[in-house]
Amino acid sequence: MQLTAEERAILAGERGEGARRALEYQVKVGEFWGAERFVPITNAHMMGDIEVMGDGGLQWLKDYAALGARCAVGTTTNARCFDFDYCEKLGQDAREAAKEHELIACLRRMDVVTTDTCINYQTVYQPHVGEHVAWGDTGTVIYANSVFGARSNFESGPAALAAAITGRTPEYGFHLDAHRKGSFTVELQARLDDLADWGVLGKLVGEPHQSYFSVPVFHSSRRTPFADELKHLGAALASYGSMGMFHYVGVTPEAPTLEAALGGREPAERMVITDADLERAYAGYDLGGRDARLVVFSGPQQSLLEMKRLAQLFEGRRVKEGSSCFITTNGAVLAQARALGYAGTLEAAGVTILQGVCFYILQNLSLMRVKNGWQNMVSNSAKIVNIIGAHRFNTILRRTQDCVDIACTGVLK
Amino acid sequence: MSIRVERAFGAVVEGEAVVSEEGFSPRYDLDRWSGVITKPGHKLEGVSLKDKICFFPTAKGGIAAGWAFFDIKGKKIAPKAFIFGVTNPVMVQGAIFAGITITEGWSTDPRTEVATGDWVRVDPEARLVQVLRRQR
Repeated sequence: MQLTAEERAILAGERGEGARRALEYQVKVGEFWGAERFVPITNAHMMGDIEVMGDGGLQWLKDYAALGARCAVGTTTNARCFDFDYCEKLGQDAREAAKEHELIACLRRMDVVTTDTCINYQTVYQPHVGEHVAWGDTGTVIYANSVFGARSNFESGPAALAAAITGRTPEYGFHLDAHRKGSFTVELQARLDDLADWGVLGKLVGEPHQSYFSVPVFHSSRRTPFADELKHLGAALASYGSMGMFHYVGVTPEAPTLEAALGGREPAERMVITDADLERAYAGYDLGGRDARLVVFSGPQQSLLEMKRLAQLFEGRRVKEGSSCFITTNGAVLAQARALGYAGTLEAAGVTILQGVCFYILQNLSLMRVKNGWQNMVSNSAKIVNIIGAHRFNTILRRTQDCVDIACTGVLK
Repeated sequence: MSIRVERAFGAVVEGEAVVSEEGFSPRYDLDRWSGVITKPGHKLEGVSLKDKICFFPTAKGGIAAGWAFFDIKGKKIAPKAFIFGVTNPVMVQGAIFAGITITEGWSTDPRTEVATGDWVRVDPEARLVQVLRRQR
């Protein structure tokens, strides 16, 4: 890689051992991908919690924080594995919770702002067109690239932290124009009325095209999608397809027309998604023994408008006895949802609202599943339905209203 | 028999091959306490990846994988190498962070050349994967 004088100085240790190690690691990553240089970033968003890092990761972080490294740009954290208020109630391990406290303290010492949210793009920071950032989780990256026209690769915890410390990231992947053009098209004939429908769309497009550099171009939409709809679409594309970018003609900034989105290239494939495709996808879920005792609204965390909708759907109803219903969101959304009465309505209905977490990475989730005898997990998020498999849940995707009905009746159809 | 790879990082390693028809995520598919694939229905369900040279056509998801490799390496249940057809930055960032050999892109589909149980050698600098001994 071609390094600037400043980067050579960092490697020589002039900005401390923490920055030196971070840049050395970034050079290796950049060289793997054939990056020619670094680009300065304005913002970083990192995943770091005890469930994903383990004891080895925590020890590494403690040692690293002790080097005195500090973030060079605004840096926030992704959803984590503990809502400390619910640790005991959920049967989570108190020793692991203590480690999580230690971990958070380390991050704060390095100037990381522990927002604990996977919807930073809805609540914390909205980069502009062409702005280089270093974000993870995948849902944040695909939203940044596609909807904002900003530029980020999937940056894992160690990589985002390194970028935060050095204030730069290797220039490869979606930082380069060459990778941002559409590679195939998707004609939207489906109605796409519910958030879950947008997740199914992401599944149907992502699953057969598992490639980071595959960029779908959606077109012929009947209406302008809402931010939450694009959020579920992006999260599902990233999850099922490992994709980091999409275009949506007339909606996203790099797709004023189909031709512009494709950059003059012929699409490798032309998909069409219809209502029948969606119905087939919903019908394809194995209902197991029709266990309907766990309903989850999470992955991504709920926005304020999603909280409002759920409060309307749960109003005057009650989660069936013996069933559990969880919503996850971030602190900012929860504070407003509380002030506006949505949280109160949901809690009166017996819904548990967890703050700063994702259900998928909850510490002790496998054991929680066993203790509660949960077999199925029902959700309106195509992403969480896809990713929670290693915890041995059988997962079922249903529309939002159906999920609420299942939570309140215990009947799964 | 040898396969050329397009991009590579890490030390030269040798080990037993596990060849997968399906893509991989250490978060979605792997039990990070045993090193065994536990996702119900995964084509390698029940298979341990510990000390193996793992051939996966694709990578799935997920940012959390970036810490997962370091975690399983610390628990001594990590594979020796990942040989991906197509991968994503997280797998690469995670493997480099953990010091696990990783490659992407292959000249020949390993499913036609390598069988699970074969003994293989990965040389990242030479961009080469070789089968040293057949399982039978």
